[in-house]
Amino acid sequence: MLLIPCPYCGNRPEIEFSYGGQAHIARPPVPEELDDDAWGAFLYARDNVRGPHRERWRHLHGCARFFNLVRDTRTDRIIASYRVGTPCPRVEPL
Amino acid sequence: MFRLPKRGLVDHGAPLSFSFDGRRLTGLAGDTLASALLANGVHLTGRSFKYHRPRGILGAWADEPNALVTVIRGGGRSTPNLPATQVELFENLVAFSQNREPSLERDRWSINDRLGRFLPAGFYYKTFMWPKSFWSRVYEPRIRAVAGLGVAPEQADPDRYEHRYAHCEVLVVGAGPAGLSAALTAAESGCRVVVCDDRPLPGGSLLSAASATIDGLGAREWADTAVARLSSMTNVTLLPRTTAFGYYPHNLLGLCERLGDHLPGEPAGPRERLWSVRAARVILATGALERPLVFPDNDRPGIMLADAARQYLQLHGVAVGRRVVIVTAHDAGYRSAHELHAAGIQVVLADTRPAAIARSTPFRVIPDARIEGTRGTLRVSAITISHTGRSERIDCDAVLMCGGFTPSIHLASQSRGTMAWDAEVQAYVPAGSAEAECSIGAAAGRLELADALADGCRAGRDAAAAAGFAARRIGTPRASVDHSVGQGGIIGALPHGRDPAKVKAFVDWQNDVTARDIMLATREGFRSIEHVKRYTTTGMATDQGKLSNLNSLAITAAQTGRPVEAVGFTTFRPPYTPVTFGALAGAARRDLFDPVRQTPIHDWAVAQGAVFEDVGLWKRARYFPRASEDMQAAVNRECLAVRGSAGLFDASTLGKIEIVGADAATFLNRLYVNAWDRLAIGRCRYGVLLREDGFILDDGVIGRLAADRFHATTTTGGAARVLATMEDYLQTEWPDLDVWLTSVTEQWSVIAVQGPHAREILTPLVQGLDISADAFPHMSIGEGTICGAALRLMRVSFTGELGFEVNVPSSHGHAVWEAIWRIGQPLGMTAYGTEAMHVLRAEKGYIIVGQETDGTVTADDAGLAWAIGKTKRDFVGKRSLARPAMKAPDRKQLVGLRTLDPAKLLEEGAQIVGPDGGPSLGHVTSSYYSANLGRSIALALVRGGRALEGHRLRVAMPGGGIEVDVTNPVLFDPKGKRLDG
Repeated sequence: MLLIPCPYCGNRPEIEFSYGGQAHIARPPVPEELDDDAWGAFLYARDNVRGPHRERWRHLHGCARFFNLVRDTRTDRIIASYRVGTPCPRVEPL
Repeated sequence: MFRLPKRGLVDHGAPLSFSFDGRRLTGLAGDTLASALLANGVHLTGRSFKYHRPRGILGAWADEPNALVTVIRGGGRSTPNLPATQVELFENLVAFSQNREPSLERDRWSINDRLGRFLPAGFYYKTFMWPKSFWSRVYEPRIRAVAGLGVAPEQADPDRYEHRYAHCEVLVVGAGPAGLSAALTAAESGCRVVVCDDRPLPGGSLLSAASATIDGLGAREWADTAVARLSSMTNVTLLPRTTAFGYYPHNLLGLCERLGDHLPGEPAGPRERLWSVRAARVILATGALERPLVFPDNDRPGIMLADAARQYLQLHGVAVGRRVVIVTAHDAGYRSAHELHAAGIQVVLADTRPAAIARSTPFRVIPDARIEGTRGTLRVSAITISHTGRSERIDCDAVLMCGGFTPSIHLASQSRGTMAWDAEVQAYVPAGSAEAECSIGAAAGRLELADALADGCRAGRDAAAAAGFAARRIGTPRASVDHSVGQGGIIGALPHGRDPAKVKAFVDWQNDVTARDIMLATREGFRSIEHVKRYTTTGMATDQGKLSNLNSLAITAAQTGRPVEAVGFTTFRPPYTPVTFGALAGAARRDLFDPVRQTPIHDWAVAQGAVFEDVGLWKRARYFPRASEDMQAAVNRECLAVRGSAGLFDASTLGKIEIVGADAATFLNRLYVNAWDRLAIGRCRYGVLLREDGFILDDGVIGRLAADRFHATTTTGGAARVLATMEDYLQTEWPDLDVWLTSVTEQWSVIAVQGPHAREILTPLVQGLDISADAFPHMSIGEGTICGAALRLMRVSFTGELGFEVNVPSSHGHAVWEAIWRIGQPLGMTAYGTEAMHVLRAEKGYIIVGQETDGTVTADDAGLAWAIGKTKRDFVGKRSLARPAMKAPDRKQLVGLRTLDPAKLLEEGAQIVGPDGGPSLGHVTSSYYSANLGRSIALALVRGGRALEGHRLRVAMPGGGIEVDVTNPVLFDPKGKRLDG
């Protein structure tokens, strides 16, 4: 069970959180302007990262806030935790 | 017998009686079942998995592959597959051997041994191929009956299990020399230390280190002192009989503490306690396991590990034989030989190494020895050794093997640390950490006592310092030993001069895998060790290859012409040793398995004799049978009553979300398909919520209480999902909106009053709200009071009748329900359950999300296109509706089905085909008998279904197809006149 640093509450066990998939995929402001391929990519195309992965989490059974993590998918090491709307901290490339 | 007086940690003055396979035997307090059996001269304890060869005790603890027993404790307590080496003896222990029929001595399936050449690796993939249907009906059941382990208990487990969580700065796994010195050093800094050890007594190898001294004390004495010191410290938790079985991310370790199994009788408290320990630093001092040797006939009872024999001598005062031959490829074999010889046991040592160093030993040493085979059926009686060009047969009653030591890297590997090949130890050792952990002592390949103690001090100090605690400097204990562990070791199969096709040299005792099986696998093209493992089954089952893995690696490497380190090793996964289901389940059984949600009206329904169903965690009244009514009779009566007079329904489980804020209407507009900005205050609308991919997520009625306040309802099962979706969009996509979301499901009790008399019943009770037909038309919402309670009244209908949903604070739910019930009685009001609710809504073609929808159904598919705000440029899921596949005319659409025979009831989920068969066109989603229509009814999703209205189709059912006509889904009151009463 991961120990997840919620940027609002601090370290909490994974059981308090829900996972929200890859981060930084903004909903297009005017969806009708996207062609079918671009919209399909927004809906379904996701990275399958081996290494640092930027992902959304929600502290569902705590402050209930969404936030972002950078987690190394090889080791589960958590590299960064930051609030929604703030830029992702620089992560060293693999 | 084989007990040596005054030796070991057993209490020679405390005999214990026990039974094995019905035979009464005597052991001593401090024995394991294995040591007590050996003290009685019993080596034969099992029959092997596949060949049913007689097998004896091989090891002394968790590595044991052969001596698996079932321990019966009464009251339904029956635990199969326990290694006798780990079962602590208590008075009147009852144990049975496994996998034999009728007895260990005369096992009828031992015929398999002679058929061995027809049962090579993967034989079941090759032999039992034809006919195909025989696999599940004949082959598998028969194979399972013959090849197997113990039998699962049939009664419910009567014992209690406990879960505990702990946090510490330093967790030390293993309380041998390395672990104890690490724990002592770390604990002296004041940090919180947890030390666990899987044996009954902490001390590890120190307990059997007869000739070693530490700081002038005997090794056992030093261990006792260390344990006493740790026990006295308030910052230390010392857990004996506790196995660290799993290493999970971020230094969470699973520990299983055995509390009751070593004691006679029923446990006073929990049988086991599962610890989840989160540690800042983890020190793995898990020791090393002695490796067996792979030579012909190396599996007869009486052939065992040399260090296991030494431990039986030093811990239990048991001689495993009187005349033993020790076969060794490692210096440690000499230590065992010296200690056994000193206890008066006749010893011959055969060193397989070509250049055996001249040693002055009080026993005979045969250098450059080659093992050609052994003899003896139920017990080894002789070994044939060739050396210096001749062959010699030596009579003996035990053969001991020492192939070197394999560090126990299970937990280090589970933690995803990297391993490196250590040529000197001939094993993998931890090389890099993924977590804040380190391996020390024998677990790191450092086998000498002095190294283990030094490692422990350093690791304890470093771990405390890393956690911010300054360690007091305590000196490294100084060790001296009579016989160092030394060097050497071999992996793989030993050479021999016999016909390789006729020799059984076992690599994996538990799965009956021989060197020949692994060679066969490589000849058949298997190169990856993971594939060799799965094909031959080496390294599987309860011991998970603790003894066999390295030897099978080495044979695979040799056969494929690669160095061992190029072959890699199979993945280590939790658990290290088997964990009971009871320990994992803890208290989560029976009533505590899942939370139960009950509405405020639950007790009333119980008193009325309602039959309940589970909907998520909720208990919902399904129907209210009277006298001898079955479900269908009760549902028919309830349905007729609702449409004939009035029905009362507990809808409290509906999800409810209050949406408040200046931008509440904007928020709903962006989320739901409907238009909300022009919804007047005091009005309701049926809302449909899509996922971004265009498919229906949920539905429900939303009422506007004020310009900035909406009361939204969701399906019972979808409440949490809808709130999570709303929060997601609000927090991450539109954080600029002024909107607040609150779950009020538990705050409002909902009482649905439905039927022609609904208004007449409610009017006398409702205060402060005009609910007359003109003032409060269909789809109104208003606030007032009822029976003194705050009221949110919605005029909505899920039955097609005149209907109201009375929302009152949950604390008033029961009282208001009773008040409405009393008034309704003279008018024939009936309580109805979820089953009647389903029938009534199906008569009206109203969908249930999750029944008519399955995540691939759009609003248009479900006949809900009318709900979509036509002028809205965007809402969640809108863009997806414009994708070509979503507009295809042959999408599955909601229709009604009429069976030609009105008495025929379709089966939900049944497939629908054309009148002459052909591919599936869709499936039945809902099917009921409708008392109001006097016939069966059904809803279905059918490809291009709306265009097929009036056409005939067939529904595939067991016993032949049923003819149906496609109809509009609204089967009752299609004009909707009854909504107005």
